[in-house]
Amino acid sequence: MFVARSIAADHKDLIHDVSYDFHGRRMATCSSDQSIKVWDKGGNGEWTCTASWKTHSGSVWRVTWAHPEFGQVLASCSFDRTAIVWEEIVGESNDKQRGQSHWVKETTLVDSRTSVTDVKFAPKHMGLMLTTCSADGVVRIYEAPDVMNLSQWSLQHEISSKLSCSCISWNPSSSRAHAPMIAVGSDDSNVTYGGKVQIYEYNEVTRKYAKAETLMTVADAVHDIAFAPNLGRSFHVLAIATKDVRIFKLVPLQKDSSSSAPTKFEVQVLAQFDSHNSQVWRVSWNITSTLLASSGDDGCVRLWKANYMDNWKCTGILKGYGSQVSGQPGALSGVLGSATAQSALNGATGR
Amino acid sequence: MEEVDVEPSTTVTVDLYSLSCKHLGFEWGPGDLLVYETNYKLQGPRSASSPSVHVVRRDEDICSPILRKLFNESHLIFVGLQKIKEDVPSKNKKSQFVSISKNYRSVIRACMEELQQNAGKPSQYGDQVSILLAIELIWNLCEVLFIDAAPAGSLLLHLLDWVRLHKSDVDTRAREVLQSDSPAQHQSYWDVVISLVLQGRTDEARQVLSKQASLRAESSSVFKRMDVLLQNMPIFNPAGTQTLTEFDVKWRHWHEECDRCLQDNTFASNRHLETICKILVGDEDTLLEQRELLSTWYHFLVTRLLFTHPTIKPPDLHYYAQSSMNMFLGPRASPEPLDIILLSAFEFDLHQVIKDCSIALNNWWFVAHLTDLLDHCKLLQSHNLQCVSHIRSSYLSYMHVCVSLWQLAVDYFDHCPEFGRVYLELQIERVPLDTERKAIKVLRICEDRQMSEQVRSICKIMAKRALRNNRLGSALSWSIRAKDAAFATLISERFLQDYSNKGFFTDLDLLDNLGPAMLLSDRLTFLGKYREFHRLYGEKRFSEAARLLLSLMTAKIAPRSLWMTLLTDALPLLEQKEVIFSNIQEKDIIMFNIESTKTELLRLALARNLAMAIVKEGTIET
Repeated sequence: MFVARSIAADHKDLIHDVSYDFHGRRMATCSSDQSIKVWDKGGNGEWTCTASWKTHSGSVWRVTWAHPEFGQVLASCSFDRTAIVWEEIVGESNDKQRGQSHWVKETTLVDSRTSVTDVKFAPKHMGLMLTTCSADGVVRIYEAPDVMNLSQWSLQHEISSKLSCSCISWNPSSSRAHAPMIAVGSDDSNVTYGGKVQIYEYNEVTRKYAKAETLMTVADAVHDIAFAPNLGRSFHVLAIATKDVRIFKLVPLQKDSSSSAPTKFEVQVLAQFDSHNSQVWRVSWNITSTLLASSGDDGCVRLWKANYMDNWKCTGILKGYGSQVSGQPGALSGVLGSATAQSALNGATGR
Repeated sequence: MEEVDVEPSTTVTVDLYSLSCKHLGFEWGPGDLLVYETNYKLQGPRSASSPSVHVVRRDEDICSPILRKLFNESHLIFVGLQKIKEDVPSKNKKSQFVSISKNYRSVIRACMEELQQNAGKPSQYGDQVSILLAIELIWNLCEVLFIDAAPAGSLLLHLLDWVRLHKSDVDTRAREVLQSDSPAQHQSYWDVVISLVLQGRTDEARQVLSKQASLRAESSSVFKRMDVLLQNMPIFNPAGTQTLTEFDVKWRHWHEECDRCLQDNTFASNRHLETICKILVGDEDTLLEQRELLSTWYHFLVTRLLFTHPTIKPPDLHYYAQSSMNMFLGPRASPEPLDIILLSAFEFDLHQVIKDCSIALNNWWFVAHLTDLLDHCKLLQSHNLQCVSHIRSSYLSYMHVCVSLWQLAVDYFDHCPEFGRVYLELQIERVPLDTERKAIKVLRICEDRQMSEQVRSICKIMAKRALRNNRLGSALSWSIRAKDAAFATLISERFLQDYSNKGFFTDLDLLDNLGPAMLLSDRLTFLGKYREFHRLYGEKRFSEAARLLLSLMTAKIAPRSLWMTLLTDALPLLEQKEVIFSNIQEKDIIMFNIESTKTELLRLALARNLAMAIVKEGTIET
């Protein structure tokens, strides 16, 4: 049964991002009303707002959680050209009784000269590292050398992609076979530079990030990008939200580990869907990378699933307009049974 | 054979409050999808009335107690199946597998019955019940054809059982007719008789017919004739001594006998009996006329075989299946996914059955368990295994939907050869660590499987959480369990800081029983030893305490900040009547505190003790 339960979010303006924490028990929402709200899930499944505070002086575009190994830490980015790191402080006992928690600003990253469009933490095996990208085309990677002191961050890398950046995604693979890798998407309208997706890889020898690949076939504005969780595969899977939904397979070609050149990839398109009929704005994988969800201009969220032969199909649609949620066939449903078979089934139950 | 194609049937609409929001944002949750109104095109603040947020659960009923029972019970069967040893001879194994298959099916039926009983209104669980029925139908057929692999003779008998099981309305109607005041006058009377004949239930048909016969004395000979025909119909007995060939001969004689009755117009006076005779002869047109009573093409198939070819061999089944389906559905109707799946089964195309089931039925439970069983029966070829892997992995992500099922999922992960481990590593980290007890449960699962990175991570999360809440003892034990030296150092420093501030140690139980874990980090070792010093002192074992204190000072693992404290601790020892420290030890202390000693008192105490020592030593020597 598809059942929808609504939450009274209470933001005074558009919500731009929602992020679950690692265990799915907490959630952060951010909005054009310049605030962030943190929600906690109770034992009964109900969400309660445990914190709400003004964070930036402009619309807050994205909010993201650090891995719980680093504590309760959030990062946000905004139109006001900053990214901020927040930490939850264990409150006074009366705060706890009121069910409220307290978040403090640990640091403000002011390096960007334009709107900061995305903020993401790097995979935890890399330490506590935060990445931002901006409309000025720069991707910045910061590190907190002392994880007990979140007010100190150092800018470790600055990557200048020549295009206005809209989104970033880290390859979550912690396999030693793969060097840290980050994909950057651009919504730049500039047509001179063809490929709007660039992939950068960290090189152990040069200790720098270098461009490994540009997806030249993605020539239109990219709004979102997401590496799929790596399940012990030797290749990488990357989903892109552009004028359609596209899924790429990146197969690393053999490389000498002492080389200072980035890995070369064989790039294949696994799937391309234009069912949204227009711009696709967000793409995201579920935990096991068996499902991809996308959101588009048609106001729908679509779910995509591959069969064992890597044939992708749409497996569900969520629409956003108008009427009440309609109850759908049960958990075990599917379309099946001819009319006669159906009546046979009915007959067998004696109905 | 064209592949089953299913359009996405699951569509959900959610309420939108604001007209300026054109788009739906979303975020994957554990087992649900969160959607919210937004607008990706607009930049800058807009006044929107409070945008709505919805949590959409994909499969909520998976968590319902009835379905949970299905999962729990089938899990037990699954685990039992995995335990069947490879070296048991295959003949014995077959009966075991059939028995397991029957167990699974009875679990499905039990679930179905419970759903029906618990339905508030008839339609509430209607769809789920239909799905379970279909699943059991397919499973049963697979059991007959593949697992039991009945040979000619038995094959038809099993198929008859299969049909009878899935068309139980016949029994209901029969009972209704027989219990009525005047069965022979009942409007369903002949329908019942014919239905029973169609299912090969000749004895029961005869029983119902006898009600008629007793009424009309003048036509009793005709009824007697039919009774004899029905009585004489040969039924193959697999356990008997008669061979299939012998049975076939007997059956043909009987068949000819029935045909002769038709030729002689024996039953011309009663059209119902005439129809029955035509059925016995296997007349296709007559059988097709009974469409309504048969209700499905596969019933038609089995009935047709019963009266034309009861010794059907498995490889010949597919021809009759295809033609039966075509004849029954007619030219205009096209087969539904269920029909195609059953047809693939009759064609012994197991691979196609599995493929189509995983596409058409949005039910991973069924496909995962059935393929696992078939795999154990060694019925799946290697090229099927990729498909099987995929099915298993899909089932595992499906199970993750209901958080309370995560413990069951672990067993399945263990038996998933390709992806099991990786999936488990991913999923187990996400299990919320609500309580220490739950964390320990999860840890044990990881430790049992040598998932060292997951162990470390879970312990680290718990340590960090404890530290945030100022529960130092808990934080320390978790860091030790995580083998996280850096964090252990940090927490040890907090302990020592606490001691400096308060003047006493907390969590004595833990500190006193660190054991070899103490060696994880220098600071931790110091903490443990320092506590030990205090304990020895408290027990008045001064010389041991002194020795320990000295070794702490000289081993250089004491943090600078605590040197003063250490020396202050040394003070009372120096004041003791006995010379605790020998001259050499004294010298060590002096070396140690040259940099830091400031107090007069300490210097005085040291000088006095040194003097005493010199005197004592001097005395001994002389």
